[in-house]
Amino acid sequence: MSLTNEISVQVTEAIPTQPWHKPRAAQRRDVLTYMALALVAYAIVMVTGVAGPDGWALVFFVEVLALTIVRSRNIGKAKSTNAIVSTVIGAGAVVAFAPWMSIFFSLIFKGFHGLYVGYLFRDMRVTTPDDELNMGGVGHAIIGSMLMVLIATAITLPLGILSGVYLTEVRGRLTKVVRFVIQSMSGVPSIVAGLFIYTTVIALTGSFSGFAGALALSVLMLPTVARTAEEVLKLVPEDLRAASYALGARQWRSSLMVVLPTVRSGLTTAAILGVARVVGETAPLLLTALSNNAFKFNPFDGPIASMPMYIFGLLQIGTEYSLARAWSGSLVLMLIVLALFITARRLGGKDKR
Amino acid sequence: MNVVNQVGTESKTSKENGIIMNEMSASGATAVAERPLGLETRGLHAWFGSHHVLSDINLQFPERSVTGLIGPSGCGKSTFLRMLNRMHEFIPSAAMAGEVLMNGSDIYAPEVDAAAMRLKVGMVFQKPNPFPAMTIKENVLAGIKLANLKVSNHDDIVEKCLTRAGLWKEVKDRLNASGGSLSGGQQQRLCIARSLAVEPTILLMDEPCSALDPGSTLRIEETIHELAEKITVVIVTHNMQQASRVSNYCAFFLSDGGPGVLVEADATRKMFTNPTDTRTADYVQGKFG
Amino acid sequence: MHVVYSTGDRIFRRVVTAGAVTSLLVLALIGLFLFARGVEIFRDMGPKFITGTNWTAGSGDGIIPAEFSIGPMLAGTIVTSLIALFFAVPLSIAGALYMEFFAPAKIKRTLVSMLDLAAAIPSLFFGLWGIQVFSSMGERWSALTSHYLGWFPLFNNELGIFGRSPFIAGLVLAAMIVPIITSVSREVYSRTPRELVDSCYALGGTRWGAIRAVVLPYGRSGVVGGAMLGLGRALGETVAVYLLLNLVFKYNFNILESEGGNIASLIATKFGEATPYELKALLAAGFVLFLLTLSVNMAATAVVQRSARDRS
Repeated sequence: MSLTNEISVQVTEAIPTQPWHKPRAAQRRDVLTYMALALVAYAIVMVTGVAGPDGWALVFFVEVLALTIVRSRNIGKAKSTNAIVSTVIGAGAVVAFAPWMSIFFSLIFKGFHGLYVGYLFRDMRVTTPDDELNMGGVGHAIIGSMLMVLIATAITLPLGILSGVYLTEVRGRLTKVVRFVIQSMSGVPSIVAGLFIYTTVIALTGSFSGFAGALALSVLMLPTVARTAEEVLKLVPEDLRAASYALGARQWRSSLMVVLPTVRSGLTTAAILGVARVVGETAPLLLTALSNNAFKFNPFDGPIASMPMYIFGLLQIGTEYSLARAWSGSLVLMLIVLALFITARRLGGKDKR
Repeated sequence: MNVVNQVGTESKTSKENGIIMNEMSASGATAVAERPLGLETRGLHAWFGSHHVLSDINLQFPERSVTGLIGPSGCGKSTFLRMLNRMHEFIPSAAMAGEVLMNGSDIYAPEVDAAAMRLKVGMVFQKPNPFPAMTIKENVLAGIKLANLKVSNHDDIVEKCLTRAGLWKEVKDRLNASGGSLSGGQQQRLCIARSLAVEPTILLMDEPCSALDPGSTLRIEETIHELAEKITVVIVTHNMQQASRVSNYCAFFLSDGGPGVLVEADATRKMFTNPTDTRTADYVQGKFG
Repeated sequence: MHVVYSTGDRIFRRVVTAGAVTSLLVLALIGLFLFARGVEIFRDMGPKFITGTNWTAGSGDGIIPAEFSIGPMLAGTIVTSLIALFFAVPLSIAGALYMEFFAPAKIKRTLVSMLDLAAAIPSLFFGLWGIQVFSSMGERWSALTSHYLGWFPLFNNELGIFGRSPFIAGLVLAAMIVPIITSVSREVYSRTPRELVDSCYALGGTRWGAIRAVVLPYGRSGVVGGAMLGLGRALGETVAVYLLLNLVFKYNFNILESEGGNIASLIATKFGEATPYELKALLAAGFVLFLLTLSVNMAATAVVQRSARDRS
């Protein structure tokens, strides 16, 4: 005797539904309720003089919490706790995300004022920070940063790759120590890196320079590059190496000619992430490369401009136009970092065979 | 109750209930339909996004019996099982159609309290998973604590559930040991005890023995027999010998690349010796799967 | 196992090892150098270098002696970092839980990408934002705290001026380290075994019930590791503190008052006009800071590695 139902539901077209979700009407009602609460909060803020967006947010939160408590009166302790805690977690998440979202917004809305067609291509040699915003530019800072970053990459990329190869291919006795040290090195404060270079290289050469700045940046860049290189090399499947050895290749040939080329884009990613890490660093450059107003293409000859120092200097002046320039410079720098991230992400997928 | 090796169980309970079970007789009496149903599905479909994974499942689960869900892997048995206690909906792209009736009412109805319903329909998973941050005793009581149930005597409940799960003797002296300090089979029995603590009427088991050694498997099968005296058990299994040992009824699922369908469901003995559908016969004879 | 390598291999291995060892050397060099140059100060000042209260270059001719002590700045480093952690950790946990267990799939994906970018925001921007956008809010909160909680020694503020205080600097530092702690926490929470969470639901539990019973205990060591990474960053932060905290050389535990500083901003402020002797003191200060952040980071690495190993 079969267990199946004799009454077979005539199935011509079964429609997928999600009955566990609130029906559309109820969802819409929820949205309207929250909008109403937001307006009430605004009214309260206007009346009582609680100040600022934080004041409004606090009132809104109290309202939502009160509503949640009221709604969960009769559904049992576990469920009401769940509802209330969920509200608190949501509020906490909003507060956690607000600062950096606010920074993104500020960069765009405060930064676009100073942008104009020539902004990327001019320097501040003849412009003062208080001049009109369609004068001067950030070009010298971009060039300076680029030069220093290039030197730093030239130093750290080979060292980082060598470290990665050591950790994944050679695997000598120092492996654990090297890995641990690289990881810990990412905690060296940037000011300390700058101080180190200041008291060694600059004391030796007698002058500040972009090269000294690049060296300070290298100290900060090396852990990122080495760590990413190691991770990328770890992803190379063991059978690739095995196949190469089986063909009779020596280890060095195998590494250089088989393993490394397959992770070319991964290693580029390592360099890019390292650059993204240091391009915004101010502290080390405070002590090594200082700053400058004009285009300069020789990093070995005296102080040179950089994006962070450009921003920092303008920020300290604190007038209306200098601050506007500081925001624009920051916007440009953020866009550069964003571009680096996007490139690294696109490249990250390319090593798949 | 040592009927582990017999196909289906000559159930004492059926005689106690006064309902004559004739699943042993070849004439296939209609007595089965008169037995009250623990659970029933009508026209059940399941989707993940636009991918149709279960089609038109009409299945009845008689009270206080063990029903085995068998069939090759990938034909939706686990998805079906998860629809019986509304765990399916935790996957964001999940969608369904049809009804799952418990005591006559659809558990998917809008006014149903899903969490309360899950107290009545317990679930044991494939991989034994005692909560690592809790002792054995806390694990058993976890469901009570999570649902904030008012119970008078915690120790009684712990002893009762561990006994029903066949674990009491082994752990009664170390109730405060960590849940992870037990062997695989013991952990699974702890999970069973944990599910029993909230007093479900139905217990769903998703390949509960597939990660265990044969000795533990056998002990859990004994436990299932004992549990079926009081509650309805639905067990997904890939192991046909297990299905024939442990279940009263079997439901055979099959997918031909499209959504999984229910090919045949009947008393276990009939499914294994004289099934109606040739596909069932092929499957139980090991011709595929 | 004794492996015989060809000549080519031997050279290869030597070169590679040399490259890897360079990173070790750089770290060692920094530490050694700072110590070597600063040791004179340690000798001259003794333990007062840490516990004293003055930083004066002296008059150079011996009439007023030079006296360098990082005590107030060390205290300031710790105070601002602790304030930062106090706010950042609960907020990061809330953010991570929201992303992993409450957010709809599309929002979660967007947030994950944005969070990665947020972790790369240079600290300079936080300084800029702190001054331009946040400080009025921060001063308002300080005033309120002082008004209602001023009886508590920590929140005492006699002057009634609230800008550029350790509290505000600490809040901005908190904003700075939230992304990294949130990232690490979310990653740990996402690795909670699915069956554990499912079992909670199958037992009739709610989402918060599952989080409390299973997710939070599981993720505890990972979150601690993340918090320590954030702490390491806050300890060494220079520019934001330089811009947001009035450098005044005294021990200040009234966090709402406008004075304080940390070691990093001290170095940044003083290096320009430092006498050679003072420079050695700055190096000594840098050495202490270096040790501090290094030990925190090493501990953080150990915790994160151990939690990853336990999970796998």
